[in-house]
Amino acid sequence: MKVKVLSRNPDDYVRETKLDIQRVPRNYDPALHPFEVSREYTRALNATKLDRVFAKPFVASLDGHRDGVNCMAKHTNSLSTLLSGSCDGEVKVWNLTKHECVRTLQAHEGFVRGMIVRFCGTSFFTVGDDKTIKQWKMETPGYGEEEEPLNTILGKTVFTGLDHHQKDAVFATCGQQVDIWDEQRSSPIRSFTWGVDSFSSVRFNPVETELLASCASDRSIVLYDMRESAPLKKVIMTMRSNSLCWNPMEAYYFTSSNEDYNLYTYDMRYLNKPIIVHMDHVSAVLDVDYSPTGKEFVSASFDKTVRIFPKDVGHSREVYHTKRMQHVICVKWSADNKYILSGSDEMNIRLWKANAAEKLGVLAPRERQASNYNQKLKEKFHYHPQIRRIAHHRHLPKSIYHQSKELRVMKEARRRKERNVRKHSKPGSVPVVSEKEKHVVTVVK
Amino acid sequence: MAKVSSKKKLSKTKAKKSSEVAGDSAVKKTEVVYDEEEEEDKEDFNENVTSEEEEEDGEDERRRQKLLEAISALGGKRKKTLGERSEAAVQLSEFSVNAEGEGDKINLSDLIGSMDKTPQVSAKTRKQLKTLQQSNRTVESPLSKQETERIQRDVAFQKAQLVFPLNQEAPGPKPMERVVTGWKARTPLEEEIFALLSANKQPIHDPILTPQEEVSMKAMSLEEAKIRRAELQKARALQSYYEAKTRRERKIKSKKYHRVQNKAKRKDFVKQFEEMVKSDPAAALEELHKMELARMQERMSLKHQNSGKWAKSKAIMAKYDEGARKAMQQQLEVNKDLTQKLVTAVNDEEEEEEEEDEGGDPEVLPDFVNDAEQGVDSSNPWMRGKLSEDPAEKETSEIVDLTAEEESADVEEEEEEEVKETEEEALLREFDSRRKRRQALIPVISLDDDEEEESKTAAEEEEESKTAVEEKEESKEEEESKVAAVEEEEEEEEEEGAALRVYKPLQRNRRDVSSRGLSLAAADTETSSAQLEETLMRIRTLEDTEELLMQEESAADEAPVPPPAAENPPPASQPAGTNKKRKRGIELKQVLTKATKVIQVPLAHTVEDAEDSDDNQEQRGLIREAFAGDDVVSDFLKEKRKQEAAGKPQVVDLTLPGWGEWGGTGLKLSRRKRKKFRMKAAPPPPRKDVSLPGVIISEKRNRSITLHQVNTLPFPFETHTQFESTIRTPLGRTWNTERTVKKISKPKVVTRMGAIIEPMAREELMKDRNQATVADRNSVNSGKRKRRGGGERDVSWRFHVH
Repeated sequence: MKVKVLSRNPDDYVRETKLDIQRVPRNYDPALHPFEVSREYTRALNATKLDRVFAKPFVASLDGHRDGVNCMAKHTNSLSTLLSGSCDGEVKVWNLTKHECVRTLQAHEGFVRGMIVRFCGTSFFTVGDDKTIKQWKMETPGYGEEEEPLNTILGKTVFTGLDHHQKDAVFATCGQQVDIWDEQRSSPIRSFTWGVDSFSSVRFNPVETELLASCASDRSIVLYDMRESAPLKKVIMTMRSNSLCWNPMEAYYFTSSNEDYNLYTYDMRYLNKPIIVHMDHVSAVLDVDYSPTGKEFVSASFDKTVRIFPKDVGHSREVYHTKRMQHVICVKWSADNKYILSGSDEMNIRLWKANAAEKLGVLAPRERQASNYNQKLKEKFHYHPQIRRIAHHRHLPKSIYHQSKELRVMKEARRRKERNVRKHSKPGSVPVVSEKEKHVVTVVK
Repeated sequence: MAKVSSKKKLSKTKAKKSSEVAGDSAVKKTEVVYDEEEEEDKEDFNENVTSEEEEEDGEDERRRQKLLEAISALGGKRKKTLGERSEAAVQLSEFSVNAEGEGDKINLSDLIGSMDKTPQVSAKTRKQLKTLQQSNRTVESPLSKQETERIQRDVAFQKAQLVFPLNQEAPGPKPMERVVTGWKARTPLEEEIFALLSANKQPIHDPILTPQEEVSMKAMSLEEAKIRRAELQKARALQSYYEAKTRRERKIKSKKYHRVQNKAKRKDFVKQFEEMVKSDPAAALEELHKMELARMQERMSLKHQNSGKWAKSKAIMAKYDEGARKAMQQQLEVNKDLTQKLVTAVNDEEEEEEEEDEGGDPEVLPDFVNDAEQGVDSSNPWMRGKLSEDPAEKETSEIVDLTAEEESADVEEEEEEEVKETEEEALLREFDSRRKRRQALIPVISLDDDEEEESKTAAEEEEESKTAVEEKEESKEEEESKVAAVEEEEEEEEEEGAALRVYKPLQRNRRDVSSRGLSLAAADTETSSAQLEETLMRIRTLEDTEELLMQEESAADEAPVPPPAAENPPPASQPAGTNKKRKRGIELKQVLTKATKVIQVPLAHTVEDAEDSDDNQEQRGLIREAFAGDDVVSDFLKEKRKQEAAGKPQVVDLTLPGWGEWGGTGLKLSRRKRKKFRMKAAPPPPRKDVSLPGVIISEKRNRSITLHQVNTLPFPFETHTQFESTIRTPLGRTWNTERTVKKISKPKVVTRMGAIIEPMAREELMKDRNQATVADRNSVNSGKRKRRGGGERDVSWRFHVH
């Protein structure tokens, strides 16, 4: 009689060295792993739920300003440094890792209107209501040294915004006109006007570094080329734009935040209508900043919320708010794509995670793999109603919730009316105007 | 006094007039002239006055003076004093600046008067200036400032406008040296080619045209053109002469002439042909073919065979008329001539060859035999001189293709690089196909809970029964069904493949679109899917999410349920082409109730096997005994029939007893009433499990499942199958190898905490592109560069860690 014994080749299951991964024999026969769709669906559902449970975006609040935070600036090569200017002319330099203020200086009388760090990161510029442009050293002055600007330029009018060139010693200000300044000179090397209106914001294109755009108070967005003597083009909208930001990865796109609660992404080559209208805010949008990957942007609004929009989607993917946060005036996306900073009326700067449910800190390889897999699962099943319901659920404060509801009703009513008018008039006499076309008045050459 | 008053009136009206016209300078001048005339008149007037009334002279004089002063003040040149600003202004208006002698006309000589005196000015410019002075033409006024600015802006915008990709190469073929820099001929063949090219003065480098071509490209000179024209004229004249001549000849009615002509022609032709055979055999052959064709036509037609109307009439006359007889004879001759087989040298040779071939002379083989060596390599179909492959071979290759296709379809974002297949992957592939088969066999069924249980038990029972039955009893029918199922599944696979093929470009499109960011925020279409659902409720725990879903459910309950089936997409595994399958479907009764055929299989028994089989038989016997009473199969069938019966629509009876008839117990309804008031519903569409013998598919809508199902086709997808195929592919490591999982689950954009991402630099765009093109050219796989984001522009972030 033969005795049956298990016999296996040790080569199949013994690892060669200690450093090898343990060999786990697997049988991939699908008959042994049935119901793959339903199993993965369950996993996706769980991942989505956990995502919402772990969504804790608020990281820290930096307090210390004695007036509303009016502007902020990212350091160009230090992630842990943030500069902020308040409405009383005070500028503070923050260490974000320690959540503390490392330096305070009285930069201006009145508001600090704009602030920007030079591309090398050794100095920064501020403009204020006292008609001055000041350049400051980034280093803290030593003991006994006076806190003095490196350079002060007295302007003729109030400056409302400021931006620095990506790699040249040139910066741009805006106020009654848009000025291009050489750092070495006390008068602008070029100034652009178009009409008599004042400008609220000016931004250099980070890729095509000679181009810049500004928002004017005559509801227009104007494009300039630094090398030309005249502005390039302007688009007039139905309401005023407060600020704009260029997409850092796609040079021809920019997004402007508008008074009519919306944001508009334009292609600078085709200004006659925005590519996308981003809606969700329930009050004027005050500031916008792109993520460094150019895939998303964050907007700050007067409705006391911060929202994150994918660059090519019309609605926000995230809304951040806290009980104590008032009108958010300025917002920045950190240069490593992980954090969002918002400065608001009630003197605080808040630090948020860009992905609300993301784990901070070091991830073990398996952890990362798991999170990647979960992400993919969520993506795969995101059309399924239950998963969508959970993934899209957000809590909103009562006031904003009701306001958005009201706005929805209003919009619906308007649409209904338009439809009725169209129905009862001669065919073709009331054309259908798309949402994108609605907000542009004209493009001026 | 009256006159004086009238004078005053007059002056008043004048003043009025002058004030009216004060605006325009051109009109003003004429007005001024007019004023002067008026003044003269007035002086006349005054003289009159003085002559008449001299006593009041003193006072009048004073008045007159006053008046004159007033008039002169009115009519005279009034210098406008333009307001000057004394304080410093940010912007100076061009209108507020005034220079000395503003109103005066400026002459050119005023401006360039100093030119003559300065010796530095060249004679040329002086000359130019002089001509300018002489020309009386007025220069057009420059454009307005607004307009010039607009033009400037437009030009600047054109200049500033970016064209992406930044360094786009012109489409179309490029010269070799532009594509490959530093390329040299290495192989002997290449060297030979280049030697040939250079010997024939063919362009190797940049000028693509040969010198001759370039010369030809240049325009003809005048003389050449003239010569060419003369040549053409001559040719045309000759042609016309020839045409006229032939026309003339054709008009000649003499038959004899034509006969002679024809004969001469034929002779000529024969002579020519003979020459041609020697000099140009190809042309001769062609000619021969033509003749052959003519012969054929002649043989086919009845043209010269004296069967026409004319010939018949002639035949009647032939007895008496010699002319007619002759004509007929001629006709026949023509026929004979034309149908005669030509025997020429060329033809002879060919015939000889043919004969030899037919004779099967082994020494003389057909030409193609010499092309390849015979029987050198039997494995190479080309060497064997076979035109077609083995059909079997072809089939296998096709099958391989199919499986490969499936593979590629399954793994999304398949990279182009060919990874050497490991054993594992080969295994996986096999499993994959198996999985598909299984999916085709086991439909995903939406069942009510109790039904599910029932069916489960039924299935289990079936299994048991299977085990109970001996191996030999594994019915032939089942095998048949399996075969059919496999066929079906193959078909399905094909369909899937097609769907995927459709889906892939779609995906690509979608990516393109998203990268361009053009269509995604079409606020109307995507709002519902993209919008956040903002409520007052917070999610803090997992229970909260459950609650959220419960809310949703209740809301759904309250809401009217949309009609099922028609709008709902079919469940994931429902075969796409059901119609086809139903035709070939298996009849349930046939499959399950036929007596099985017992096949005796000779078994080579070993000792071990004998033991085993003994055991098995005992076991089976036991099981058979234990389940002697159960007829599982028939139970299942009964169950199925019940389900079918339940699914059938009921007859609705709307009869009311007693209406129009006598009422009471035990009365039969009249036929008329039965016909009128009993409603028969239309038969339902055939059940999905008609062709599936071992399956019951419930067609009721199950709410507990529908809550989890997608009930409308999501946006970028066009058909259900596309969407289903995306859902069907599993991503997890339970079903895929480690490497595949890693590849699949890799996020599109990876950013590291603490690494600053700089904006895209222009140089980087260029560099990236160049790299890509180089990589494409040399088909070198650069391992470092990795694609992030399928259709997105290839972007690599720079990371600087601080």
